[in-house]
Amino acid sequence: MAQTVFAPWDDPQQKPLIQFVGVTKRFGDFVAIDDLTQDIYEREFFALLGPSGCGKTTMMRMLAGFEAPTEGSILLSGQDIAGVPPNKRAVNMMFQSYALFPHLTVWDNIAFGLRRSDMPKDAIAARVEEMLKLTRLSKFGRRKPHQISGGQRQRVALARSLAKAPKLLLLDEPLGALDKKLRQDTQFELMDIQETTGTTFVIVTHDQEEAMTVASRVAVMDEGRIIQVATPEKIYEAPNSVYVADFIGDVNILEGTAKANGPESYAIDWGGAEPATATSARPFSDGQKAHLAIRPEKIAISAERPADAANAVQGKVLDIAYLGNLSTYHVELPTGQVIKAQSANTRRVSRRAYTWEDPVWLSWSATAGVLLES
Amino acid sequence: MNRLSPFNVVSLTFGFAFLYLPMLILVIFSFNSSKLVTVWAGFSTRWYGTLFQNEAFLDAAWVTLKVAVMSSTFATVLGTMAAYVLVRGGRFMGRTLFSGMIYAPLVMPEVITGLSLLLLFIGIGMDRGVMTIVLAHTTFSMCYVSVVVSSRLATFDRSLEEAALDLGASQFDAFRLVTLPIIAPAVISGWLLAFTLSLDDLVIASFATGPSATTLPMKIWSSVRLGVSPEINALSSILIGIVSVGVITASLMSKRHAVRVRREEQAAQRAT
Amino acid sequence: MRRAVLIAVPYLWLLALFLVPFAIVFKVSLSDTALAIPPYTPTLKDGFGALISGLDFENFVFLTQDDLYWKAYVSSLQIAFFSTIVTLLVGYPMAYAMARAPEEWRPTLMMLVILPFWTSFLIRVYAWVGILSTEGFLNQFLLWTGIIDTPLTILNTNWAVYIGIVYTYLPFMILPIYAALERLDESLIEAAEDLGCSRMQAFWLVTIPLSRNGIVAGCFLVFIPALGEFVIPSLLGGSGTLMIGKVLFEEFFANRDWPVASAVAVILLLILIIPIILFQRNEQRQQEAEQ
Repeated sequence: MAQTVFAPWDDPQQKPLIQFVGVTKRFGDFVAIDDLTQDIYEREFFALLGPSGCGKTTMMRMLAGFEAPTEGSILLSGQDIAGVPPNKRAVNMMFQSYALFPHLTVWDNIAFGLRRSDMPKDAIAARVEEMLKLTRLSKFGRRKPHQISGGQRQRVALARSLAKAPKLLLLDEPLGALDKKLRQDTQFELMDIQETTGTTFVIVTHDQEEAMTVASRVAVMDEGRIIQVATPEKIYEAPNSVYVADFIGDVNILEGTAKANGPESYAIDWGGAEPATATSARPFSDGQKAHLAIRPEKIAISAERPADAANAVQGKVLDIAYLGNLSTYHVELPTGQVIKAQSANTRRVSRRAYTWEDPVWLSWSATAGVLLES
Repeated sequence: MNRLSPFNVVSLTFGFAFLYLPMLILVIFSFNSSKLVTVWAGFSTRWYGTLFQNEAFLDAAWVTLKVAVMSSTFATVLGTMAAYVLVRGGRFMGRTLFSGMIYAPLVMPEVITGLSLLLLFIGIGMDRGVMTIVLAHTTFSMCYVSVVVSSRLATFDRSLEEAALDLGASQFDAFRLVTLPIIAPAVISGWLLAFTLSLDDLVIASFATGPSATTLPMKIWSSVRLGVSPEINALSSILIGIVSVGVITASLMSKRHAVRVRREEQAAQRAT
Repeated sequence: MRRAVLIAVPYLWLLALFLVPFAIVFKVSLSDTALAIPPYTPTLKDGFGALISGLDFENFVFLTQDDLYWKAYVSSLQIAFFSTIVTLLVGYPMAYAMARAPEEWRPTLMMLVILPFWTSFLIRVYAWVGILSTEGFLNQFLLWTGIIDTPLTILNTNWAVYIGIVYTYLPFMILPIYAALERLDESLIEAAEDLGCSRMQAFWLVTIPLSRNGIVAGCFLVFIPALGEFVIPSLLGGSGTLMIGKVLFEEFFANRDWPVASAVAVILLLILIIPIILFQRNEQRQQEAEQ
């Protein structure tokens, strides 16, 4: 039996869990969210990614009920949640600071939300134990927040927000306070828990690596708008704008004019010795301004001009950034432009083929880059 | 920093000597057997004995205590409310006037506060006595409470309250179960501050009271105007002793608590 | 709804017991003395029209005619001003030394500054009576060391008032300055020295400007209450010590001239309004900077 790909956003039969319909949020003169429409589906792990001040936190706070939209409406399971206060919403939030109650034990922190409902005492106890087990905290129930480590605090916050089995869990920079190693482990743990509980997660983050790792879809935001929503692969491989291409990962941008030279194929005159060839499903008219975005790892570096490459330029090595597993070469072209090319360090550094000032050839295929409108 | 120059040491030594010598001399000479307070004539506790037989002092002490307990309790409730409104109330009509009325009594000369309250009590025909002193003390000490509590609230992580709301607590529950327990130390020190302010106050109480109620400071005042008296020295020493024990205990407790929290935090970090 | 109650209760309390009383003081200051209870006229009993027409500025005119009052204002300002400066000169080095002290000492030093603050104001002023009197401890000590051979008269002079004010208000000066200095990042001083400042220059160019808010707050906290001080001049000062708080108290209780006492209070308040507003600005600015 072939496993079906999880992609409810492609299925017109699916009803979204959350719908933003023409939502605008203003704080005085400042527009935090600008006429935003977006659906989020059940069981999704939806990431809001963007620089600080882009409106991602405001979106989340509107879902939690701490802010109300100035215009437009937000629907949860088809119902407008405008007038519903935060304490009446089937939405829970994990705060960036974790917001663990310092005067309560881990156990009481997790039970806090359950006690606000009319759940019987033994059911509460059972649920808390279940949550402690899920987050591997069973030994720490009696401790106070200051008596556990940062990683454990993060898990308490998660357990507390999941305890009420919300329809939607909001995570505000959930891993921001952890160091890098712990963050990576925790990302997978979060994905596991999301899968086990089947809860819809909306995560806010400014860390693109984190968004790419955990999310089923990533929404890249800037200045109150969503620029692109797609799966991590699509966001990386097929960004829809220079902004997204530049925001996610490293990228070289060649700016020039397009001219069709075949079906879905264009020659871009970017000021180099010869025009670059690139394929694009998006049509460009002759003479239209275009940006060719190429990821550094898709550019090969060699001493001789490769015979079969669609694109090749010569330059000299300006700088080498050694990253351990990878090296990034900064190559200066005769035009003065600097192109980054990345290659895996399969050999030891001492046997590296190129060094500073070496003349080298850079090459890439016609499908390596993405052609973007300006 | 962390290095004291000789000048720093000298300024600390002289500064603290200046602050503490007068009180120390007062306490020592309260045990003087002579009635001449500035000449040492041997150790004795006789003035403590006569103090405890002085009905007028004991009555005044009782009145003062009643006033202090009542006014500091009211002041704590009102002051905490005012602090909450100042820090969390957002914008409302007359906010500037409100914050002005909170800060102004802190620096207002007591004679003016006292005079104005007396004229109010007379204007509305209120019988002056314990109740009017309580009202007067509540009014100025609630401002102190509100300053103490609002400085704690300002550093209070607001997401804690939001987390409580998010988990289904009502506004009131969020305050009762989360905010109040966390700001409790500030509320308690606010209460203690209001209590000592009420205990100390002479000027405002003199204006606000009637013939029926005399507080301890008023009693002390009428006797020190005639000069130094060994009985007052004894009384002062008792009051200084109570305050010192209280303040030292409180600071030791808070220090010990801080040390324990730090040690536990370190242990938790090492465990991972 | 709940929010409205929360705002209304303390608001109305302060309106009724803080603002309205001032309005009454102002009204009484415009009334005339009378042999009645209360001892001024007109009152509301006389009807609203008579009340308005019965008010005049007679008492204020009287204040300008009698030397006693304006001399008392000037002398209060003078005493408050100079004792504020002396308190700053004593308090700043203490606060500075506290901020430089090893971290584990600081809570104890802080406690030592706060302790007098919790102790009865009246008792602390009274403690000086025994020290400063002609046969007091200070004179005994100075005679014993041979610095002087006849006792100094300090008690019942303005000197005693200065000492009393500096002594009782010293913690109010130290605490805000210490708070400002403790927050000061030491690397700023190091940066200044690294850039060629001497110790002294770094102190004047970095430490002092950055503790400015603390200094300003401390000075207001001493100056404003000292201006209207009653206990200290009455207990330590002499008959020649003129301070407006004392004048007001005596006008009210000894002379039972309520309208004049109220007029004295109104003028004192007008003098204080500027420093009070400046103080609040300073506090607000500091709060905003912290948030």
